Amino acid sequence: MIHRMMAFATLLIVCGVAVSSLQAEDWPQFRGAQSNSVARGKQPPSEWSDADGKNIAWKVKLPGKGPSSPIVVGGKVIVTASSGVNQDRLHVLCFDVADGRQLWERQFWATGRTLSHPSSANAAPTPASDGQLIFAFYSSNDLACLDLNGNLKWFRGLAHDYPAAGNDVGMSSSPVVVGDVLVAQVECQGDSFGTGIDKITGEPRWKVARPREASWASPVEMSGNAEIVLLQSPKRLSAHRTSDGQQVWDYEVACDAISSPTSVGNTVYVASKGLTALKPGDKPEPETLWNAQNLQPGAASTIVDGERLYIVNRAGVLNCATTADGKPIWRVRLEGEFWGTPIIVGDKMYAFNKAGKGLVVAIATDGSKGELAGGGQLDGEIQSSPAVADGAIYIRSDAHLWKIAAE
Amino acid sequence: MRTLHSICLAALFAAAISGRLSAQGAELDTYVQSLRRVQPEGVGHREASYAWGQLVEQADAESLPTILAGMDGAGPLAENWLRAAVDAVAEKQVQQTGKLPVDRLEKFLAHRNHNPKARRLAYEWIARVDKGAPERLIPGMLNDPSLELRREAVTRLVTAAESSAKANEKEQAKATYREALVAARDLDQVKAITEALAALDAPVDLQHHYGFVVDWQLIGPFDNRAGKGFHAIYPPEEQIDLAASYEGSAGTVSWKQHHTDHEYGEVDLNKALGKHMGVAGYALAVFESDHERPVELRIGSENANKVWLNGAKLSEAEAYHANSAIDQYVGRGTLKKGKNVILVKICQDEQTVDWAQNWVFQLRVCDSSGKAILAKDREPANPRPKKVEATAAADAS
Repeated sequence: MIHRMMAFATLLIVCGVAVSSLQAEDWPQFRGAQSNSVARGKQPPSEWSDADGKNIAWKVKLPGKGPSSPIVVGGKVIVTASSGVNQDRLHVLCFDVADGRQLWERQFWATGRTLSHPSSANAAPTPASDGQLIFAFYSSNDLACLDLNGNLKWFRGLAHDYPAAGNDVGMSSSPVVVGDVLVAQVECQGDSFGTGIDKITGEPRWKVARPREASWASPVEMSGNAEIVLLQSPKRLSAHRTSDGQQVWDYEVACDAISSPTSVGNTVYVASKGLTALKPGDKPEPETLWNAQNLQPGAASTIVDGERLYIVNRAGVLNCATTADGKPIWRVRLEGEFWGTPIIVGDKMYAFNKAGKGLVVAIATDGSKGELAGGGQLDGEIQSSPAVADGAIYIRSDAHLWKIAAE
Repeated sequence: MRTLHSICLAALFAAAISGRLSAQGAELDTYVQSLRRVQPEGVGHREASYAWGQLVEQADAESLPTILAGMDGAGPLAENWLRAAVDAVAEKQVQQTGKLPVDRLEKFLAHRNHNPKARRLAYEWIARVDKGAPERLIPGMLNDPSLELRREAVTRLVTAAESSAKANEKEQAKATYREALVAARDLDQVKAITEALAALDAPVDLQHHYGFVVDWQLIGPFDNRAGKGFHAIYPPEEQIDLAASYEGSAGTVSWKQHHTDHEYGEVDLNKALGKHMGVAGYALAVFESDHERPVELRIGSENANKVWLNGAKLSEAEAYHANSAIDQYVGRGTLKKGKNVILVKICQDEQTVDWAQNWVFQLRVCDSSGKAILAKDREPANPRPKKVEATAAADAS
């Protein structure tokens, strides 16, 4: 009997997912729906203040640390955190976008290694969602799938399955939903692999070996092609079929180990020899369109918006260049150290430095210049990337989650 | 698309009817057992996912002890499936009524044979609805199998000791700190307590407290260029002969005695065996136990390492310079009565950067709670450990 009922339940889930999709305003994963850190629609405010509450719609306390970023799905903000003296308590929290009211919380116990650099935490990867399901991933390689009401669909311990998978500095690769597969990247000095997981059941579809070297980059869907996912490692960038993990092309050149690739149109921008633009074709290696050694992304990933791209280098300087040939257009010195990736909404960029200071850069309509045009201070260290939805910015520190929106 | 919607609605209706009928006869335990059967690689997920939904829908707060008890003997994956069910049922109940069956949950908590994680979870839900619970329950948990519950009891003692110290009741403060130290397992608490005791002129021998092995026989270096030495089997792995000499990577090597005075038992192989890169070294200790017992050998090292007990490999980690901590890697085995041989292999790679030059490890012997197990022939704790003596001398001058 239980099996027959189970079959009904599976059919229900499959039907439900098949007829649903993300809403245009959602910010469902690390760097947004297109993994390019760009949003359309309502403009968030250019100034805010934690001290006097200016344009702070709400602020809630979090029960644990986390460089992970919030995501926004169906009117709900989802954020992960980790707590405990050994960082072995994993939290998934859901808040109402309207008032910051906590709707539910689920907790799990880590099954993998939880040690990390003191500045990081177990809740480093950003969760992902397909609009109905949430996939919360952690440095300990624990992976929980919940629906938007906090109902558990499945729980995996990737390091429980493969005990040599782990990095005691901490891991931070964020998973991505590509079609009906969740892709996770686990790269360290031990067991290293990329894996495609059936998003409904949590069962493995495929697993490919990756270099045994630490990487913090996140997998990215090839723009406009849900059949391909990109996996970046310190010595290569490779493209894989999401159906079976089969490699379709490989760019075997040193790449950055922290920032992630960006794919827009049929072009892939990767932090390699500065910044390199690749055009995949039918060959086993993609064509190199251009290489710009003067564009050196730091921890933040490359942002691509139309004909312009943006990188923040390790010195905290924002560089704007053309997507056509990587030629620099303008530079603006930001302030401080950046771990999160800024976002662009309309003609403004929003960046948060580690000291909690937000900086707004106004970008000229013709793209010819950018200049600092506001921002605000938040109370706390920020290593996460902001999320944006419906004219509001969501950002978290190790202690709080804020909604910044015009009053 | 309309057809698809129709199928979904039909499936919804069928499932609702089917679920209602089955609910009449279904035992919650059936669902709990489904959750307990989850295995690695997603095995059992389809059944468990369905069972989780049914369990949460059908269970009420009175069922919480049953679900919690399902964690007894469950694996780490099943524990998490069950935990999520407990949280969902309890959360729904608290949101609707603000109440939980505290008496039943306290009975579950009182049984120390239950899964420590499940007991801690029961406590957290009790404390959520009963603000007096910490005051009532925590003082009796100083030696609780749940290290999280124990931690809170230790915290209370530390607070009491601090009050005594502030009131200049030094002897009372020392006694309370010592009671807390015996129970404490978390490094941060031990550190805070020992610092407080040192300030009260009652220093603690941390080597002894933790059970760090401090007397070793060392040999090396052997070749580990390109990391091959980690997998190579050198003579110390084949036969223990402390009188033997072997060809190492920098000439003939033989065993040498080494004692570490480091308060956390660190053995610096760069000092003991010489500064080398791309090498492997071995450390051996004989540990005498007065009876057979389960044991944990916990090693901390930023170098690749392997640990054997009486020839059986307990743990290995092939990672270089990716952080280090006390108790970083835990190997579980059995001490036999009499002499036991602990063998450690520590590999250094060839990186030239400043932060990759350490060739060091620390190892302690303890039970599953982290309490030190001391060798039968271990010397008594030093009432004035060297580092503290040096600090005191410096202060006096």
